[in-house]
Amino acid sequence: MRAFRRLTSSAAIVDRVDVDTDQIIPKQFLKRIERTGYGQFLFFDWMKDPEFELRRPECVTAEILIAGRNFGCGSSREHAAWALQDYGFGAVIAPSFGDIFRNNALKVGLLPVQLAGEDVRALMEGCAGGAEITVDLERQVVVDPDGRELRFEIDPFSRECLLEGLDEIALTLRRADEIDRYEGATAGRVDTLSL
Amino acid sequence: MSRTLFEKIWERHLVAEPPGEPALLYVDLHLIHEVTSAQAFEGLRLAGRRVRRPDRSLATMDHNVPTADEPPDELAQQQLEALRRNCEEFGVPLYATGSGREGIVHVIGPELGITQPGMTIVCGDSHTSTHGALGALAIGIGTSEVEHVLATQTLPQQRPKTMRVTFEGELPGGVTAKDAILALIGQAGVSGGVGHVVEYTGDIVRGFSMEERLTVCNMSIEWGARAGLVAPDETTFGYLEGRPGVPRDWERALDEWRALPTDEGAAFDRELTVDVSSLAPQVTWGTNPQMVAPVFGEVPDPADCADPEERGAIERALAYMALEPGTRIEDIHVDRVFIGSCTNARIEDLRAAAAVLRDQRVHPSVHAMVVPGSALVKRQAEEEGLDRIFTAAGFEWRRAGCSMCLGMNPDILAPGERCASTSNRNFEGRQCAGGRTHLVSPAVAAATAVAGHFVDPRAL
Repeated sequence: MRAFRRLTSSAAIVDRVDVDTDQIIPKQFLKRIERTGYGQFLFFDWMKDPEFELRRPECVTAEILIAGRNFGCGSSREHAAWALQDYGFGAVIAPSFGDIFRNNALKVGLLPVQLAGEDVRALMEGCAGGAEITVDLERQVVVDPDGRELRFEIDPFSRECLLEGLDEIALTLRRADEIDRYEGATAGRVDTLSL
Repeated sequence: MSRTLFEKIWERHLVAEPPGEPALLYVDLHLIHEVTSAQAFEGLRLAGRRVRRPDRSLATMDHNVPTADEPPDELAQQQLEALRRNCEEFGVPLYATGSGREGIVHVIGPELGITQPGMTIVCGDSHTSTHGALGALAIGIGTSEVEHVLATQTLPQQRPKTMRVTFEGELPGGVTAKDAILALIGQAGVSGGVGHVVEYTGDIVRGFSMEERLTVCNMSIEWGARAGLVAPDETTFGYLEGRPGVPRDWERALDEWRALPTDEGAAFDRELTVDVSSLAPQVTWGTNPQMVAPVFGEVPDPADCADPEERGAIERALAYMALEPGTRIEDIHVDRVFIGSCTNARIEDLRAAAAVLRDQRVHPSVHAMVVPGSALVKRQAEEEGLDRIFTAAGFEWRRAGCSMCLGMNPDILAPGERCASTSNRNFEGRQCAGGRTHLVSPAVAAATAVAGHFVDPRAL
């Protein structure tokens, strides 16, 4: 996983609620068996609209995305997180996220930052002219264009994994003994598959 | 201490609870399909890891597969071949197309009896929540988590909150489980369940068949819930008995399963009540499942919405759907009807649609198709003669797969086409870029196919 510590950038704003992962990456691009190269398909259908927010010139270099509540709802496709990351985003700020999207983002090193709705609204307004903000995971704050610090919560384990870019599977495999013990203790359960 | 069904399953599957870290949950059953697994297997290969428990994994082909006599496109073919290769290399059992047991992953788990009460089940698919209908904790995951489960048979999970949804009252005749869950989502909103495992209760849930419960739990993710659950009972056990995957020691299994339901007095983090006593068949009019109205209702006016964000969403939805505020739902004409998907493609769904279609004809301006949820559903429907009712009415009778629910295979709308669909998502572009999806029950879909516009099946 890609490590994340601190990111300073202008922000792209998608001021819409309930942006689902079907919009972030439509299904026709899920047939590929690679993990990379999805950035070119990000918001594929919305990008066809010249008025779409991400097509504004100031968004080209933005590495932070600010969006409305329930961002990434719907389908479990991790391709949505891959596409955002491959396009150049390192963090997404929103009042809330779809649970599966949030998990997927955390696993690949795309930081989902949850802030109160009014703070997200203020950030959208403050960043509209291309002003830079900073997402600082170590200190768990977003620094707005006026230098005001907005604290965000993240569970300590995810924070640590992101800061260090840890391989979570390797961490779990260190617990192989515990998994062995669990399997040993439950081997006689009736739920064994018998196909 | 009184515990909920969720708490009992959760505690039974804890491998470790390291302080400051998510709990490590054991996974009893890992379901796999072609679209979200290739990169996970590749990750194992690159790291030199194996699949820890291939015997607790099962793969099938569903998202990409054609449902008519045509080959998959080149990319789909590559993805299906990759699944076949990966399953061979890592020893994972695969019900491939043509095996007779293939189908939508969330249809075959229950019908084979491998989805069982008290289990933890994961799959790289958001509609994994379906399996909760049998009293299993079933969670949709992403590809990184698929890789994690393949390698470790465990999943790190933050403990979710719990919610109880109580459906109150009796459903009026002709109103279905699909209508009940759509109405709930309309009431709670598409993010109303985020962070929660939901247990559905109430007399109508107890009275629901297993397949109706599967429809309800299937759409848990459509209001953001981590999982949906229904307590196992005699309906569950009656459904499972005799299916090939069930435990050999049936009596012992029943004893364990009977201890699972939520104890009297157990507390939930949230409670929600939905009164269904005056519910009508539901039709979505917008671009997410909370945008729903009764079939005799109207398309809403965004001007009536006080919340500016919500108003913007409604305006965008109506523009995409090419609908004017105040339009009567029954005046909306459709071009296509799709009966299928993990929400509504089981045998009871097909029976309900066929009951409406007997001695009827699909409207000349409508192209209608039925895609059974699995090869076994297809065979059973044919044994019952349902296929002949569908084809006599003018429906196409297809092979099993996810099909036009998400249009990864050749079954898609044309841009601008409007579809009455028994699936679960009406997102923009879901069934094709520019396609317009209205979610309905199988009975409403069938009646709409005949009338050419949305209609209450009870009025047909």
